[in-house]
Amino acid sequence: MKAMSIAELTALRDKMKDRVAMREGSGQIRVVVGMATCGIAAGARPVLSAFVEKVGEAGLGDRVIVSQTGCIGICQYEPVVEIFEDGKEKVTYVKMDAAKAAEVVEKHLKGGVVVDAYTIGQNK
Amino acid sequence: MIRSHVLICGGTGCTSSGSPALKTALEKELAAKGLTEEIKIVMTGCFGLCALGPVMIVYPDGTFYSMVTPEDIPEIVEEHLLKGRPVERLEYHEQAAEDHHVVNSLSETMFYKKQKRVALRNCGVINPEDINEYIATDGYQALAKALTEMTPDEVIQTVLDSGLRGRGGGGFPTGLKWKFACANRGQVKKYVACNADEGDPGAFMDRSILEGDPHAVIEAMALAAYAIGADEGYVYVRAEYPIAIHRLQIAIDQAKEMGLLGENIFGTGFNFDLKIRFGAGAFVCGEETALMTSIEGNRGEPRPRPPFPAVKGLFGQPTILNNVETYANIPQIILNGAKWFADMGTEKSKGTKVFALGGKITNTGLVEVPMGTTLREIIEEIGGGIPNGKKFKAAQTGGPSGGCIPAHLIDTPIDYDNLLAIGSMMGSGGLIVMDEDTCMVDIARFFLEFTVDESCGKCTPCRVGTRRLLEILNKIIEGKGEMEDLDRMEELCNYIKSASLCGLGQTAPNPVISTLRYFKDEYIAHIVDKTCPAGVCKSLLKFTIDADKCIGCGLCAKNCPADAIARTTYIAPGHKLASFAIDSSKCVKCGACLDSCKKIKAISKK
Ligand SMILES: Cc1cc2nc3c(=O)[nH]c(=O)nc-3n(C[C@H](O)[C@H](O)[C@H](O)COP(=O)(O)O)c2cc1C
Repeated sequence: MKAMSIAELTALRDKMKDRVAMREGSGQIRVVVGMATCGIAAGARPVLSAFVEKVGEAGLGDRVIVSQTGCIGICQYEPVVEIFEDGKEKVTYVKMDAAKAAEVVEKHLKGGVVVDAYTIGQNK
Repeated sequence: MIRSHVLICGGTGCTSSGSPALKTALEKELAAKGLTEEIKIVMTGCFGLCALGPVMIVYPDGTFYSMVTPEDIPEIVEEHLLKGRPVERLEYHEQAAEDHHVVNSLSETMFYKKQKRVALRNCGVINPEDINEYIATDGYQALAKALTEMTPDEVIQTVLDSGLRGRGGGGFPTGLKWKFACANRGQVKKYVACNADEGDPGAFMDRSILEGDPHAVIEAMALAAYAIGADEGYVYVRAEYPIAIHRLQIAIDQAKEMGLLGENIFGTGFNFDLKIRFGAGAFVCGEETALMTSIEGNRGEPRPRPPFPAVKGLFGQPTILNNVETYANIPQIILNGAKWFADMGTEKSKGTKVFALGGKITNTGLVEVPMGTTLREIIEEIGGGIPNGKKFKAAQTGGPSGGCIPAHLIDTPIDYDNLLAIGSMMGSGGLIVMDEDTCMVDIARFFLEFTVDESCGKCTPCRVGTRRLLEILNKIIEGKGEMEDLDRMEELCNYIKSASLCGLGQTAPNPVISTLRYFKDEYIAHIVDKTCPAGVCKSLLKFTIDADKCIGCGLCAKNCPADAIARTTYIAPGHKLASFAIDSSKCVKCGACLDSCKKIKAISKK
């Protein structure tokens, strides 16, 4: 039995925080992936996995919640991803894939800059 | 990479309604769909809504499913976990809401909205068998803070200033208790002990805390040990709580493994070791002196106080004993400060209280509310009201030591002093709701039978007095009572209260005293009119057939086990067959005839 130091305890807490943060609904940013039949057929699953993975890697787990929803209603643009942030307008990304997802995590979620090229406005 | 957590309640209630089978089914289904790497199953402690078990929450969206069966699992996995469409049919429907609207998230329910979770903060949120999840929610930070930034006296002062009072029944200020035991730190052997005997019938607050957040109790006991200068602790848990014992043992082992229990904790030189002792199911063993005697390996009998345990407790050494829920508040108080805690509650009762809601109430379960919440809020809003359109008659708090709160006092803010003033007591937190079909004399007898059974027999007032009291009650219930019996009971109650050795006897008459106080008319109805207004006491019931309503089908006579029903010669106007009648000298009052005449409703009991 080794004695744990307080620094180790706090480090462990910070490392484990992500594990329960999801249950506290404390994320300020919500990434919602459309996962209805049309979304899945168009490749939404790899997009969802990419978001989950990249958010984790970027250490954003305590701020960002990745969740899914049913049909968003714009099937021709699937896979669709919506990003909600308190006090900001909703951003809708369309025709997503895993690589684009990674880019959105890096630039938008981490950097705070919307990736205009993939938003619905640019793809109409 | 995990993208979703599915929390399944592993409390005792949901375990018995089938949550382990849900877990197995879910594991299988996730594996079949290749989702094992993405979705994590977490068994938690009690969520509180036991009546709706087994319950399950899916995060991150927080969808709350109730009464889930293993057959529902494939649909949940396919629709919700794969496609993101919650299965509406299984979502919790708020009973109280008029439109029975679907409530998506647990925190939106009336049941949760009015609650304030301090002692239960981790119950239903973390996996109690994984110390990492407790650490993730600031676990053991309070201990770290106390050991490095606070002196033992400062810890005691913080607990004093918080106004925390014992949740085990007596309501004694916790900080004061610790102060009494703090002399001569480091020079005498001392102990800290935890009372997890939870003997009140219908109470399950402490069990749920141990099952849902065992580390909170462990951390608090270490804090208590630091404060008074003890290095050894015992948790006295009743053996009838196998899940709680199992999880507590896992928690102790994990804490030892990480060096959070044992020697030289955080390298500060503070040592603390913790052991579990099983109670053998005697109510009196929850009394502090009996509990300690039992831990020492002797027959669990109380002894006179003083000396108080703070002076002479376990193995003759200074000891503090606190209740599970009392402890569960401590780490939060140390972390957030005394003021944070003292800002909740009423003038003399700070913080929150956990209640086990039971009896005639829609949402049977576990609730935690700020002190000062009214009974009405608990019953009507959180509890979802009384089922079947029945009327509220009284609530019983404090178990066999407590009393009844009648309907006209439903707006009383609940705290220690208000409850005492109206002749009940906080007790450990059992709250049993009674509707118009409850007989108060029968309730008094129920609790008294319990104390007669549980009296340890050491002192005469309790051993003999409670039995004599029960005999009078039985006499009244059998219809043989006289008005003088009421005075005799009152006198006897006072003797038992003032002459008994321990709290068991001293409070045993309370259910009788309080029902006499608020429901004397029911006693008088039993004695003078020889009737039971609620229709409960069998000896006073009379079953009769309304000859004009009876269609002469004979179903009642066929179902009567005592051959007490026979056809008469009377044929009611408009009927073809002669009616039936009950011979009350043969009737055993089983009620079978009543059940057989549900359509025609010609039979009544009064
Ligand atoms: C007959 C009897 C039974 C009791 N049972 C319990 C019990 O089951 N759990 C409990 O915590 N306290 C029980 N108590 C109260 C304890 O004696 C003691 O006051 C309490 O554990 C102190 O902890 P607290 O100050 O944190 O409430 C009982 C008392 C009596 C007289």
